Amino acid sequence: MSGWPLWEVFVRSSRGLSHVHAGSLHAPDAAMALRNARDLYTRRNEGVSIWVVPADAIAASDPDAKGSFFESPQGKDYRHATYYTQSEGVKHL
Amino acid sequence: MDDTAGQANFDALMAADSRVEPRDWMPEAYRRTLVRQISQHAHSEIIGMQPEANWITRAPSLRRKAILMAKVQDEAGHGLYLYSAAETLGTPRDEMMEALIAGKARYSSIFNYPAVSWADMGAIGWLVDGAAICNQVPLCRASYGPYARAMVRICKEESFHQRQGFEILLELSRGSAVQKQMAQDAVNRWYAPSLMMFGPPDDDSPNSLQSMAWNIKRFSNDELRSRFVGMMVEQVEVLGLTLPDDQIRFNEETKKWEHGPLDWNEFKDVLAGHGPCNAQRLERRRSAHDDGAWVREAAAAYAAKQQAAVAA
Ligand SMILES: [Fe+2]
Ligand SMILES: [Fe+2]
Repeated sequence: MSGWPLWEVFVRSSRGLSHVHAGSLHAPDAAMALRNARDLYTRRNEGVSIWVVPADAIAASDPDAKGSFFESPQGKDYRHATYYTQSEGVKHL
Repeated sequence: MDDTAGQANFDALMAADSRVEPRDWMPEAYRRTLVRQISQHAHSEIIGMQPEANWITRAPSLRRKAILMAKVQDEAGHGLYLYSAAETLGTPRDEMMEALIAGKARYSSIFNYPAVSWADMGAIGWLVDGAAICNQVPLCRASYGPYARAMVRICKEESFHQRQGFEILLELSRGSAVQKQMAQDAVNRWYAPSLMMFGPPDDDSPNSLQSMAWNIKRFSNDELRSRFVGMMVEQVEVLGLTLPDDQIRFNEETKKWEHGPLDWNEFKDVLAGHGPCNAQRLERRRSAHDDGAWVREAAAAYAAKQQAAVAA
Protein backbone atom coordinates (compact mmCIF):
# COMPACT_ATOMS: atom_id res chain seq x y z
CA MET A 1 0.00 0.00 0.00
CA SER A 2 2.96 2.24 0.69
CA GLY A 3 2.81 5.34 -1.44
CA TRP A 4 -0.08 4.15 -3.58
CA PRO A 5 -2.07 7.12 -4.83
CA LEU A 6 -5.50 7.93 -3.47
CA TRP A 7 -8.48 7.56 -5.84
CA GLU A 8 -11.94 8.99 -5.44
CA VAL A 9 -14.71 6.58 -6.40
CA PHE A 10 -17.97 7.52 -8.11
CA VAL A 11 -20.74 4.98 -8.62
CA ARG A 12 -23.76 5.09 -10.93
CA SER A 13 -26.45 3.16 -9.11
CA SER A 14 -28.60 2.52 -12.17
CA ARG A 15 -28.99 3.60 -15.78
CA GLY A 16 -30.30 7.12 -16.13
CA LEU A 17 -28.72 8.40 -12.91
CA SER A 18 -25.49 10.35 -12.40
CA HIS A 19 -22.36 8.92 -10.88
CA VAL A 20 -22.28 9.84 -7.19
CA HIS A 21 -19.23 10.02 -4.93
CA ALA A 22 -19.04 6.83 -2.87
CA GLY A 23 -15.69 7.14 -1.11
CA SER A 24 -12.01 6.70 -1.74
CA LEU A 25 -9.33 4.04 -1.81
CA HIS A 26 -5.64 3.48 -2.50
CA ALA A 27 -4.46 1.60 -5.57
CA PRO A 28 -1.29 1.50 -7.68
CA ASP A 29 -3.08 2.15 -10.98
CA ALA A 30 -6.50 2.78 -12.52
CA ALA A 31 -7.19 -0.87 -13.33
CA MET A 32 -6.57 -1.94 -9.74
CA ALA A 33 -8.50 1.05 -8.45
CA LEU A 34 -11.53 -0.03 -10.49
CA ARG A 35 -11.32 -3.62 -9.25
CA ASN A 36 -10.89 -2.53 -5.64
CA ALA A 37 -13.75 -0.07 -6.00
CA ARG A 38 -15.99 -2.87 -7.27
CA ASP A 39 -15.13 -5.04 -4.28
CA LEU A 40 -15.38 -2.22 -1.79
CA TYR A 41 -18.35 -0.17 -2.93
CA THR A 42 -20.59 -2.52 -4.94
CA ARG A 43 -20.84 -5.73 -2.90
CA ARG A 44 -24.64 -5.54 -3.05
CA ASN A 45 -25.38 -4.46 -6.61
CA GLU A 46 -25.02 -0.79 -5.68
CA GLY A 47 -23.76 0.10 -9.11
CA VAL A 48 -23.80 -0.47 -12.86
CA SER A 49 -20.83 1.78 -13.59
CA ILE A 50 -17.82 3.07 -11.64
CA TRP A 51 -15.49 6.02 -12.18
CA VAL A 52 -12.18 6.30 -10.37
CA VAL A 53 -10.36 9.63 -10.38
CA PRO A 54 -6.91 10.34 -8.92
CA ALA A 55 -7.70 12.45 -5.86
CA ASP A 56 -4.98 14.98 -6.73
CA ALA A 57 -6.60 15.59 -10.13
CA ILE A 58 -9.63 17.16 -8.47
CA ALA A 59 -9.67 20.93 -8.19
CA ALA A 60 -11.89 22.15 -5.38
CA SER A 61 -13.25 25.53 -4.42
CA ASP A 62 -11.76 27.11 -1.32
CA PRO A 63 -13.99 26.34 1.70
CA ASP A 64 -13.03 29.68 3.28
CA ALA A 65 -14.18 31.63 0.24
CA LYS A 66 -17.78 30.51 0.69
CA GLY A 67 -19.14 34.03 0.79
CA SER A 68 -17.41 35.62 -2.13
CA PHE A 69 -17.41 32.54 -4.33
CA PHE A 70 -21.08 31.65 -4.02
CA GLU A 71 -22.72 34.95 -3.24
CA SER A 72 -23.82 35.91 -6.72
CA PRO A 73 -27.15 33.98 -6.68
CA GLN A 74 -28.11 35.77 -3.47
CA GLY A 75 -30.65 38.48 -3.97
CA LYS A 76 -31.55 36.91 -7.29
CA ASP A 77 -34.78 35.25 -6.25
CA TYR A 78 -36.13 35.96 -9.72
CA ARG A 79 -34.19 32.93 -10.89
CA HIS A 80 -36.71 30.73 -9.06
CA ALA A 81 -40.19 29.99 -10.37
CA THR A 82 -41.61 30.66 -6.90
CA TYR A 83 -40.64 34.35 -7.28
CA TYR A 84 -43.52 34.87 -9.72
CA THR A 85 -46.73 34.94 -7.71
CA GLN A 86 -49.13 36.78 -9.99
CA SER A 87 -49.63 33.69 -12.10
CA GLU A 88 -50.95 31.69 -9.16
CA GLY A 89 -54.08 29.74 -10.06
CA VAL A 90 -53.35 29.89 -13.76
CA LYS A 91 -53.27 26.38 -15.15
CA HIS A 92 -50.28 24.72 -16.79
CA LEU A 93 -47.98 27.67 -15.95
CA MET B 1 -8.83 31.72 7.66
CA ASP B 2 -7.13 32.68 10.94
CA ASP B 3 -7.80 30.78 14.17
CA THR B 4 -10.26 33.27 15.62
CA ALA B 5 -12.39 33.36 12.49
CA GLY B 6 -11.97 29.60 12.15
CA GLN B 7 -13.09 28.94 15.69
CA ALA B 8 -16.11 31.22 15.22
CA ASN B 9 -17.04 29.38 12.04
CA PHE B 10 -16.59 26.01 13.78
CA ASP B 11 -18.68 27.10 16.77
CA ALA B 12 -21.43 28.23 14.43
CA LEU B 13 -21.42 24.83 12.69
CA MET B 14 -21.70 23.09 16.08
CA ALA B 15 -24.51 25.37 17.24
CA ALA B 16 -26.44 24.71 14.04
CA ASP B 17 -25.77 20.95 14.39
CA SER B 18 -24.27 21.15 10.91
CA ARG B 19 -21.36 19.14 9.50
CA VAL B 20 -17.65 19.80 9.42
CA GLU B 21 -15.91 18.86 6.17
CA PRO B 22 -12.23 17.98 5.64
CA ARG B 23 -11.03 21.37 4.44
CA ASP B 24 -12.83 23.37 7.12
CA TRP B 25 -10.86 24.91 9.95
CA MET B 26 -11.24 22.79 13.09
CA PRO B 27 -9.69 22.85 16.58
CA GLU B 28 -6.61 20.65 16.87
CA ALA B 29 -8.18 18.69 19.74
CA TYR B 30 -11.26 17.94 17.62
CA ARG B 31 -9.05 16.66 14.81
CA ARG B 32 -6.97 14.55 17.23
CA THR B 33 -10.04 13.08 18.89
CA LEU B 34 -11.52 12.13 15.53
CA VAL B 35 -8.32 10.57 14.22
CA ARG B 36 -8.05 8.51 17.40
CA GLN B 37 -11.70 7.43 17.40
CA ILE B 38 -12.01 6.71 13.68
CA SER B 39 -8.70 4.84 13.41
CA GLN B 40 -9.51 2.77 16.52
CA HIS B 41 -12.84 2.01 14.96
CA ALA B 42 -11.14 0.97 11.69
CA HIS B 43 -8.67 -1.24 13.56
CA SER B 44 -11.58 -2.90 15.37
CA GLU B 45 -13.23 -3.81 12.07
CA ILE B 46 -9.97 -5.24 10.73
CA ILE B 47 -9.02 -7.20 13.85
CA GLY B 48 -12.69 -8.15 14.24
CA MET B 49 -12.45 -10.33 11.15
CA GLN B 50 -10.26 -12.83 12.98
CA PRO B 51 -12.56 -14.54 15.50
CA GLU B 52 -15.01 -15.27 12.68
CA ALA B 53 -12.53 -16.02 9.92
CA ASN B 54 -11.37 -18.73 12.31
CA TRP B 55 -14.64 -20.59 11.66
CA ILE B 56 -15.01 -20.16 7.88
CA THR B 57 -13.38 -23.49 7.04
CA ARG B 58 -15.44 -25.27 9.71
CA ALA B 59 -18.86 -23.77 8.98
CA PRO B 60 -21.50 -26.52 9.21
CA SER B 61 -22.84 -26.03 5.67
CA LEU B 62 -21.95 -24.39 2.38
CA ARG B 63 -24.71 -21.84 2.94
CA ARG B 64 -23.33 -20.89 6.36
CA LYS B 65 -19.84 -20.71 4.93
CA ALA B 66 -20.92 -18.33 2.15
CA ILE B 67 -22.76 -16.13 4.66
CA LEU B 68 -19.83 -16.02 7.05
CA MET B 69 -17.42 -15.13 4.25
CA ALA B 70 -19.72 -12.32 3.13
CA LYS B 71 -19.87 -10.98 6.67
CA VAL B 72 -16.11 -11.09 7.18
CA GLN B 73 -15.65 -9.40 3.81
CA ASP B 74 -18.05 -6.66 4.93
CA GLU B 75 -15.94 -6.08 8.05
CA ALA B 76 -12.87 -5.61 5.84
CA GLY B 77 -14.89 -3.08 3.86
CA HIS B 78 -15.92 -1.27 7.05
CA GLY B 79 -12.27 -0.99 8.06
CA LEU B 80 -11.41 0.52 4.68
CA TYR B 81 -14.28 3.04 4.70
CA LEU B 82 -13.10 4.18 8.11
CA TYR B 83 -9.42 4.42 7.20
CA SER B 84 -10.51 6.61 4.28
CA ALA B 85 -12.48 8.84 6.62
CA ALA B 86 -9.58 9.12 9.07
CA GLU B 87 -7.23 9.92 6.23
CA THR B 88 -9.23 13.03 5.30
CA LEU B 89 -8.02 14.46 8.63
CA GLY B 90 -4.44 14.39 7.40
CA THR B 91 -3.13 11.15 8.91
CA PRO B 92 -1.70 8.84 6.22
CA ARG B 93 -3.13 5.34 6.10
CA ASP B 94 0.29 3.69 6.35
CA GLU B 95 0.86 5.47 9.63
CA MET B 96 -2.37 4.05 11.08
CA MET B 97 -1.67 0.54 9.79
CA GLU B 98 1.84 0.62 11.17
CA ALA B 99 0.61 1.79 14.56
CA LEU B 100 -1.74 -1.20 14.66
CA ILE B 101 0.92 -3.69 13.68
CA ALA B 102 3.39 -2.20 16.13
CA GLY B 103 0.86 -2.71 18.92
CA LYS B 104 0.64 1.05 19.54
CA ALA B 105 -3.01 1.44 18.55
CA ARG B 106 -6.13 0.39 20.38
CA TYR B 107 -9.12 -1.52 19.08
CA SER B 108 -12.29 -2.80 20.66
CA SER B 109 -11.44 -5.12 23.56
CA ILE B 110 -14.17 -7.58 22.50
CA PHE B 111 -12.03 -9.04 19.73
CA ASN B 112 -9.47 -10.29 22.20
CA TYR B 113 -11.82 -13.04 23.34
CA PRO B 114 -11.65 -16.45 21.64
CA ALA B 115 -14.51 -17.89 19.53
CA VAL B 116 -14.43 -21.44 20.84
CA SER B 117 -17.47 -23.04 19.22
CA TRP B 118 -19.66 -22.62 16.14
CA ALA B 119 -22.34 -21.17 18.41
CA ASP B 120 -20.00 -18.25 19.04
CA MET B 121 -20.63 -17.21 15.42
CA GLY B 122 -24.25 -16.82 16.45
CA ALA B 123 -23.51 -14.99 19.69
CA ILE B 124 -21.00 -12.66 18.01
CA GLY B 125 -23.44 -11.73 15.25
CA TRP B 126 -26.34 -11.26 17.64
CA LEU B 127 -24.60 -9.60 20.61
CA VAL B 128 -21.37 -8.08 19.26
CA ASP B 129 -22.75 -6.79 15.98
CA GLY B 130 -25.94 -5.89 17.85
CA ALA B 131 -24.01 -3.73 20.31
CA ALA B 132 -22.00 -2.26 17.44
CA ILE B 133 -25.22 -1.26 15.65
CA CYS B 134 -26.55 0.39 18.81
CA ASN B 135 -23.33 2.38 19.07
CA GLN B 136 -23.09 3.18 15.39
CA VAL B 137 -26.58 4.33 14.46
CA PRO B 138 -26.17 7.64 16.35
CA LEU B 139 -22.73 8.04 14.75
CA CYS B 140 -24.48 8.42 11.38
CA ARG B 141 -25.20 11.94 12.66
CA ALA B 142 -21.67 12.64 13.88
CA SER B 143 -20.54 16.18 13.15
CA TYR B 144 -17.60 15.15 10.95
CA GLY B 145 -19.02 14.55 7.47
CA PRO B 146 -16.72 11.76 6.18
CA TYR B 147 -17.13 9.79 9.43
CA ALA B 148 -20.92 10.13 9.40
CA ARG B 149 -21.09 9.07 5.74
CA ALA B 150 -18.92 6.01 6.41
CA MET B 151 -21.21 5.10 9.30
CA VAL B 152 -24.31 5.32 7.11
CA ARG B 153 -22.80 2.82 4.71
CA ILE B 154 -21.67 0.57 7.56
CA CYS B 155 -25.02 0.59 9.35
CA LYS B 156 -26.80 -0.46 6.16
CA GLU B 157 -24.60 -3.53 6.04
CA GLU B 158 -24.61 -4.38 9.74
CA SER B 159 -28.20 -5.47 10.08
CA PHE B 160 -27.56 -8.57 8.01
CA HIS B 161 -24.73 -9.40 10.40
CA GLN B 162 -26.96 -9.36 13.42
CA ARG B 163 -29.73 -11.30 11.74
CA GLN B 164 -27.47 -14.09 10.54
CA GLY B 165 -26.14 -14.43 14.10
CA PHE B 166 -29.63 -14.52 15.51
CA GLU B 167 -30.56 -17.21 13.01
CA ILE B 168 -27.58 -19.38 13.97
CA LEU B 169 -28.57 -19.19 17.64
CA LEU B 170 -32.23 -19.83 16.88
CA GLU B 171 -31.45 -22.95 14.89
CA LEU B 172 -29.19 -24.30 17.60
CA SER B 173 -31.73 -23.45 20.26
CA ARG B 174 -34.40 -25.42 18.38
CA GLY B 175 -32.02 -28.33 17.83
CA SER B 176 -30.92 -31.09 20.20
CA ALA B 177 -30.38 -30.50 23.91
CA VAL B 178 -26.65 -30.41 23.31
CA GLN B 179 -27.01 -27.83 20.53
CA LYS B 180 -29.24 -25.69 22.70
CA GLN B 181 -26.68 -25.83 25.51
CA MET B 182 -23.99 -24.82 23.03
CA ALA B 183 -26.02 -21.74 22.09
CA GLN B 184 -26.64 -20.88 25.75
CA ASP B 185 -22.94 -21.23 26.60
CA ALA B 186 -22.02 -18.91 23.75
CA VAL B 187 -24.53 -16.29 24.92
CA ASN B 188 -23.13 -16.63 28.44
CA ARG B 189 -19.62 -16.04 27.16
CA TRP B 190 -20.37 -13.00 25.01
CA TYR B 191 -23.01 -11.20 27.10
CA ALA B 192 -20.79 -9.25 29.51
CA PRO B 193 -18.02 -8.43 27.01
CA SER B 194 -20.67 -7.11 24.58
CA LEU B 195 -22.13 -4.80 27.27
CA MET B 196 -18.63 -3.50 27.90
CA MET B 197 -18.33 -2.55 24.22
CA PHE B 198 -20.22 0.64 25.07
CA GLY B 199 -17.24 1.81 27.11
CA PRO B 200 -16.77 2.59 30.79
CA PRO B 201 -19.65 3.89 32.95
CA ASP B 202 -20.47 7.57 32.46
CA ASP B 203 -18.80 8.65 35.72
CA ASP B 204 -15.56 7.03 34.53
CA SER B 205 -15.62 8.23 30.93
CA PRO B 206 -13.68 11.50 30.98
CA ASN B 207 -13.79 12.23 27.24
CA SER B 208 -17.49 11.64 26.71
CA LEU B 209 -18.64 15.14 27.62
CA GLN B 210 -16.31 16.83 25.15
CA SER B 211 -17.31 14.38 22.41
CA MET B 212 -20.94 15.16 23.08
CA ALA B 213 -20.26 18.90 22.99
CA TRP B 214 -18.66 18.37 19.60
CA ASN B 215 -21.69 16.42 18.34
CA ILE B 216 -19.53 13.37 17.70
CA LYS B 217 -21.23 11.33 20.40
CA ARG B 218 -24.98 11.73 20.78
CA PHE B 219 -25.75 9.50 23.77
CA SER B 220 -23.74 8.50 26.82
CA ASN B 221 -22.21 5.04 27.23
CA ASP B 222 -24.66 4.05 29.96
CA GLU B 223 -27.64 5.31 27.99
CA LEU B 224 -26.72 3.20 24.95
CA ARG B 225 -25.91 0.17 27.12
CA SER B 226 -29.28 0.40 28.81
CA ARG B 227 -31.10 0.56 25.48
CA PHE B 228 -29.16 -2.45 24.24
CA VAL B 229 -30.05 -4.49 27.32
CA GLY B 230 -33.73 -3.70 26.74
CA MET B 231 -33.57 -4.97 23.17
CA MET B 232 -31.72 -8.13 24.12
CA VAL B 233 -34.19 -8.96 26.89
CA GLU B 234 -36.96 -9.13 24.32
CA GLN B 235 -34.99 -10.98 21.68
CA VAL B 236 -33.53 -13.63 23.99
CA GLU B 237 -37.06 -14.83 24.66
CA VAL B 238 -37.63 -15.48 20.98
CA LEU B 239 -34.41 -17.44 21.01
CA GLY B 240 -35.65 -19.56 23.89
CA LEU B 241 -32.43 -18.78 25.76
CA THR B 242 -31.58 -16.62 28.79
CA LEU B 243 -29.16 -13.79 29.50
CA PRO B 244 -26.64 -14.67 32.22
CA ASP B 245 -27.67 -11.76 34.45
CA ASP B 246 -30.37 -12.09 37.12
CA GLN B 247 -30.25 -8.40 37.96
CA ILE B 248 -31.74 -7.12 34.73
CA ARG B 249 -34.79 -4.99 35.42
CA PHE B 250 -36.70 -2.08 33.97
CA ASN B 251 -36.54 0.88 36.31
CA GLU B 252 -39.99 2.45 36.21
CA GLU B 253 -38.72 5.72 37.65
CA THR B 254 -35.88 6.36 35.25
CA LYS B 255 -37.59 4.42 32.44
CA LYS B 256 -34.27 2.70 31.82
CA TRP B 257 -33.08 -0.87 31.74
CA GLU B 258 -30.61 -1.85 34.42
CA HIS B 259 -28.19 -4.76 34.52
CA GLY B 260 -25.89 -6.48 36.99
CA PRO B 261 -22.34 -5.28 37.71
CA LEU B 262 -19.68 -5.65 35.03
CA ASP B 263 -16.05 -6.45 35.68
CA TRP B 264 -14.38 -3.20 34.62
CA ASN B 265 -11.01 -4.39 35.86
CA GLU B 266 -11.18 -7.15 33.31
CA PHE B 267 -12.12 -4.58 30.66
CA LYS B 268 -9.10 -2.42 31.48
CA ASP B 269 -6.87 -5.45 31.60
CA VAL B 270 -7.94 -6.67 28.16
CA LEU B 271 -7.62 -3.16 26.74
CA ALA B 272 -4.12 -2.93 28.19
CA GLY B 273 -3.15 -6.01 26.21
CA HIS B 274 -3.71 -8.81 28.71
CA GLY B 275 -6.81 -10.44 27.22
CA PRO B 276 -6.83 -14.09 26.18
CA CYS B 277 -6.07 -13.36 22.49
CA ASN B 278 -4.35 -9.95 22.25
CA ALA B 279 -0.96 -11.35 21.25
CA GLN B 280 -2.47 -13.85 18.82
CA ARG B 281 -4.60 -11.18 17.09
CA LEU B 282 -1.66 -8.83 16.57
CA GLU B 283 0.60 -11.62 15.42
CA ARG B 284 -1.99 -12.70 12.85
CA ARG B 285 -2.41 -9.14 11.57
CA ARG B 286 1.35 -8.72 11.34
CA SER B 287 1.89 -11.95 9.43
CA ALA B 288 -1.02 -11.20 7.06
CA HIS B 289 0.61 -7.84 6.34
CA ASP B 290 4.03 -9.40 5.79
CA ASP B 291 2.66 -12.26 3.70
CA GLY B 292 0.93 -9.75 1.44
CA ALA B 293 4.08 -7.73 0.83
CA TRP B 294 4.94 -9.47 -2.45
CA VAL B 295 1.47 -8.73 -3.82
CA ARG B 296 1.79 -5.04 -3.02
CA GLU B 297 5.27 -4.95 -4.50
CA ALA B 298 4.19 -6.74 -7.68
CA ALA B 299 1.21 -4.40 -8.14
CA ALA B 300 3.42 -1.33 -7.67
CA ALA B 301 6.04 -2.69 -10.09
CA TYR B 302 3.38 -3.43 -12.71
CA ALA B 303 1.88 0.05 -12.35
CA ALA B 304 5.32 1.64 -12.73
CA LYS B 305 6.00 -0.43 -15.85
CA GLN B 306 2.67 0.52 -17.41
CA GLN B 307 3.33 4.16 -16.69
CA ALA B 308 6.79 3.98 -18.24
CA ALA B 309 5.27 2.39 -21.36
CA VAL B 310 2.75 5.22 -21.66
CA ALA B 311 5.46 7.84 -21.19
CA ALA B 312 7.71 6.27 -23.84
FE1 LIG C 1 -18.51 -3.85 10.94
FE1 LIG D 1 -20.57 -6.42 11.55
